Amino acid sequence: MAIVATTSEPQRSAAPPFRYLMRRTAHFVIPLLLLLLWQLLTAFGNVTNFMLPPPMDVARRIASDVTSGEFFINAAITLYRTFAGFALAVAGGIALGLLMHRNRLAHWFFDPIVSVGFPMPKIAFLPIFILWFGLYDGSKITIIAVNAIFPIITATLAGLQGVERELVWSARSLGASERRAAWEIVIPAALPQVLTGIQVALPTALIVAIIAEMMMGGYGLGGAMMESSRLLDSDGVFAGILEIAFVGHCIITGMALLRRRLLAWHPETQEPTTV
Amino acid sequence: MFDYFLSDKRHPALAPTLKYAPLLLLALGWELGTRTGFIKPHILPALSQVLASWFSLAASGDLLSNAVSSLYRTFAGLSLAIIVGSTVGILMGWSRLFDAVMGPLVRMFYPMPKSALIPIMALWLGFGDASKIVLIFLGCMLPVAISAYNGARGAERTLIWSARSLGAGRLRTLWDVVVPSALPELMSGIRIALATSFILLVSSEFIAARKGLGHMIGVLGEGGVYDAMFAMVLTVALLGFIADRLYLILMRRALRWRS
Repeated sequence: MAIVATTSEPQRSAAPPFRYLMRRTAHFVIPLLLLLLWQLLTAFGNVTNFMLPPPMDVARRIASDVTSGEFFINAAITLYRTFAGFALAVAGGIALGLLMHRNRLAHWFFDPIVSVGFPMPKIAFLPIFILWFGLYDGSKITIIAVNAIFPIITATLAGLQGVERELVWSARSLGASERRAAWEIVIPAALPQVLTGIQVALPTALIVAIIAEMMMGGYGLGGAMMESSRLLDSDGVFAGILEIAFVGHCIITGMALLRRRLLAWHPETQEPTTV
Repeated sequence: MFDYFLSDKRHPALAPTLKYAPLLLLALGWELGTRTGFIKPHILPALSQVLASWFSLAASGDLLSNAVSSLYRTFAGLSLAIIVGSTVGILMGWSRLFDAVMGPLVRMFYPMPKSALIPIMALWLGFGDASKIVLIFLGCMLPVAISAYNGARGAERTLIWSARSLGAGRLRTLWDVVVPSALPELMSGIRIALATSFILLVSSEFIAARKGLGHMIGVLGEGGVYDAMFAMVLTVALLGFIADRLYLILMRRALRWRS
């Protein structure tokens, strides 16, 4: 019996028990298999501990990072930089999007800058920012903000342009002040798009924070991992990757939860999401 | 007085110039700012000086050889990512079993910042092309796979049912219904992957490379040759922009059947 992904419910129960079991347990099974493969590879494979340390060594390293508090210090510093740059990008991006929407001259001036700047690999400007803002937080936060601001500007602009004018007109003709119309119609209507832009920007901010830390060294998850790499300490490098992955996962999940909360009234929240 | 410039009534020959005039204004401001001594040259070398060093780098052949190796890495990594990612994504959207096996892997690794893999890639594959190609492949494959998956899942059920009831086999349905429906979403996923590939390329070349544009930027910056460094930074940024625009043209062509 063919199983097309989009078949309807009744056929699902007719699926053979093996497949049903597989679907139900795959979420745990696949990562466990991966872990097993890793263990087997280090135990019997032709790899040195330097190339691929055994999972237990890496786990022990993560545990010691956590108990010594080093993980929390590094994660806090990385998150501080990420969120500082991200907050600048959100504030600046929404403000610029609003300005471009309201003012034609601003639109004329910033539109080409945004359309040229968005697809550029802005991380290339990192050495210039180091030159301008020094080796410490200043340059890192600025490069994060510069990388994260573009999706927010374009999303804000698209969200504002997508607001139905009839809604605003009817509110105005019913006597709502401009401010009231903005709060009750424009902002809620533009919010889903703006949040999509913010959801793209947040992981970008974390990626850029890690890259900047790897380039400049010092505290932070990226810096700690780079130091382990220079000291040829593979346990530290692999522990760093897992720690960064964990932080990334938390950030993205948190953002998705926040979105669901803020858009509880919106139809998208009621529908089951696909991913 | 700006209304004429901003309106659609302006002369059509002027339109593109006026559209990009702000960039020219910025360039002019840059040049004037440095010429008048308002901006110190060790903070920002004059635009004319940056352009001059770009030409001397181009003439010496350094620019071309590094650009070729960078572009080769991006192209190889991205092509692999597109081939593997779209296959995996479409199969995930098409077969529940495949989704059950690959889905957790894709979703587990998707939120991970791929730049964290730079040290491992250098450890396993060295400082040459292979480490960058594999990094770009890994970093770009997941966005492509997820967009292909979403696109394939979005294929209209009625279309699939009609194709099946008209006697199309499973593979035929896949090729003629699921793949075309997935295409628009897949192609915008590839656009994101293209941008990601440049980010990963530049950052891995900054950190662990002996060749390439990113490596060159690092070397020039450490040597204090700032005009040449600015020239290389602008080159990388421009290449990323051009690649995106070319892809956009290709995408519009490929999706012409939709409208």
